[in-house]
Amino acid sequence: MAQKRSITDTFREPVTPTPIASWPRLGLRPLALAAMCGVMILAFLLSLSFGSVRIPLEQVLTILLGGQAERASWTTIIYDFRLPKALTAALAGAALGVSGLQMQTLFRNPLADPFVLGVSSGASLGVALVVLSFGVANTTLLAVTGLIGNLSLAAAASIGAGAVLALVLTLAQRVQNSVTLLILGLMIGYITGAIVSLLLYFSIAERIQAYIAWSFGSFGGVTWSRMHVLAPAVGIGLLLALILTKSLNALLLGEAYARSLGVDIRRARTGIVASSALLAGAVTAFCGPIAFLGIAIPHLCRGLLRSADHRVLIPACILVGATTALIADLFAQAPGMSVMLPLNAITALIGAPTVVWIMLRREVTRGTFSV
Amino acid sequence: MSTAILATEHLSIGYAPRRGPRRIVASNLNLTLHAGEVVCLLGPNGVGKSTLLRTLVGMQPPLDGRVWLDGVDLSTLSAREIARRVSVVLTERVEVGQLTVYALVALGRHPHTDWTGRLTPRDEEVVRRALEAVDAVNLAGRPVHELSDGERQRVMVARALAQEPLVMVLDEPTAFLDLLRRVEIMRLLRRLAHETQRAMILSTHDLDLALRSADLLWLMAPGGVVHVGAPEDLVLGGAFEATFAAEGISFDSHQGHFRIHPPTQRRIALIGDGVTREWTARALERAGYAAVTPDEPVGLCIAVTGDGRQPCWEVRMNGDAPQHVRTLRDLVALVRRIER
Repeated sequence: MAQKRSITDTFREPVTPTPIASWPRLGLRPLALAAMCGVMILAFLLSLSFGSVRIPLEQVLTILLGGQAERASWTTIIYDFRLPKALTAALAGAALGVSGLQMQTLFRNPLADPFVLGVSSGASLGVALVVLSFGVANTTLLAVTGLIGNLSLAAAASIGAGAVLALVLTLAQRVQNSVTLLILGLMIGYITGAIVSLLLYFSIAERIQAYIAWSFGSFGGVTWSRMHVLAPAVGIGLLLALILTKSLNALLLGEAYARSLGVDIRRARTGIVASSALLAGAVTAFCGPIAFLGIAIPHLCRGLLRSADHRVLIPACILVGATTALIADLFAQAPGMSVMLPLNAITALIGAPTVVWIMLRREVTRGTFSV
Repeated sequence: MSTAILATEHLSIGYAPRRGPRRIVASNLNLTLHAGEVVCLLGPNGVGKSTLLRTLVGMQPPLDGRVWLDGVDLSTLSAREIARRVSVVLTERVEVGQLTVYALVALGRHPHTDWTGRLTPRDEEVVRRALEAVDAVNLAGRPVHELSDGERQRVMVARALAQEPLVMVLDEPTAFLDLLRRVEIMRLLRRLAHETQRAMILSTHDLDLALRSADLLWLMAPGGVVHVGAPEDLVLGGAFEATFAAEGISFDSHQGHFRIHPPTQRRIALIGDGVTREWTARALERAGYAAVTPDEPVGLCIAVTGDGRQPCWEVRMNGDAPQHVRTLRDLVALVRRIER
């Protein structure tokens, strides 16, 4: 009685067997993923090539391979400025894409994004507290932009994001229903939004400007030393997401079915929230609240690959996310102009039409989740 | 009789909120489920059918007692260990977007695969067999959201089958299906249970289908009593009347279905025979009149005339001249006019 019955053993007269070759494969789409990888590498090289100084592509390759460039300054530009920036863009795009995918699956909601958990709200509050109220009495603007400047902005954002992360993680283990988490994230957003408005109201114009500059988002603020924090954080987050792939696939059927398939819902949810918040939190801390990538990229990948399998979607979101962020950064640099456009304006300009396109092409969202 | 795959021992089901008293839905349940058996769980809404099913699959802890699954106490098993023994089909409609039928059924292998979810050749073989078993081979490449309700339910059964469980638990699997599809699913479940020697338990509101196709009925009455027996035994023993007793309906033991009685009934004499008389009586009953034999002294009398293909009705009120109608719709309208 104890031994398992298998369907293969117990069908005495199997129905006419269908030839194995004609069965559909699960479709892990290695070719499509390879193509995405190629496009990402191209976007990466282009972003190294373009900028205030145009460096020819073959020279970029020479420098990357350790060769001698035509001009010594180009090597410096590539290594000290463009490479960290391009890496940041790629990491941020990948992180936000995967984080958005996880949130959309966990909450079964096509409009969920990495920030639904309130992580970016926490980061914004941290930054606002530092920029808008730090040394209200005597500090000059110089102190704000210089001393506090980039370093403590990242620190403040990290602390803010981390605090929210801890709160959300604690609750993720306790609540019965994932929707509670969604509402919690919204409430955190409202509270921090209110505090930020109060701070803005009582602050001086220069500080408000500094805060707004941060909220525009930028991939440029990450130096090599900070890459030592950003890259491992994103790496751990992505690794966690890959480990959770199987649970994410089961969650496509909803929490009840996932549980019936043997998924430990609380553990899976905690893992997903941890991964997602780490990814979104790290990116927000170093690059500012970057809108839209997180919501648009998962939809883009589903549409491109016509798949819901996370074994395909997670690598796809990493590659497409990185590519999109690199391209957005290219546009933000506005080749030929000396100014930098606000990154968030660019991502929204790419992201909003994408979301509209998705809504109009109903077959992408239709049946994805109940809207 | 074979040994029980699933058995409950002094099981109490219900809810234990953190604050406030426990709400016991049913207590001291001693039920057994055997291999190759299809059990239908019947009962009025809100009596606790879903609670019982959830407790049997370990989604909800019992308030008291035990559930034995293949000789092992369910509460000692991990979610994954339970998933290898029990699979479910739920009422809720799954929205899985771009997932193909094949990929959906392959998700049933979840508790058997390694941490990456990679399918071994044997896993793929099981998935193919499951699709063949529910006759859904031709659907394998289709996205799930394109399926009709009947196809979707067959595919969900295949997914549950691919889990290779000892017990399949189905919560109202026929809820959204038309009669043909319901019969089809029930036949499928019976065939699968008998051929693969699995135990199946399903809750349903489809009394007729349950009476005709279940091996065993669990009839859950308000108050948490569960009557167990072959459908016919329960009908003869009067368990149905006891369970569904309510104002205005009664269980017809001859027909095996419920009769709905409008609150007030006036009597009309009906002359005629055969199928025409039968349906005339039903039309009158629906309108609130009880058809009686002409022996009884009532004012209004209806006589069925004409042959079975082209029936005709003659309506006579005391001494008035008779009126004739050709459809039951007109008859009901006429009777209402006269009675008013």
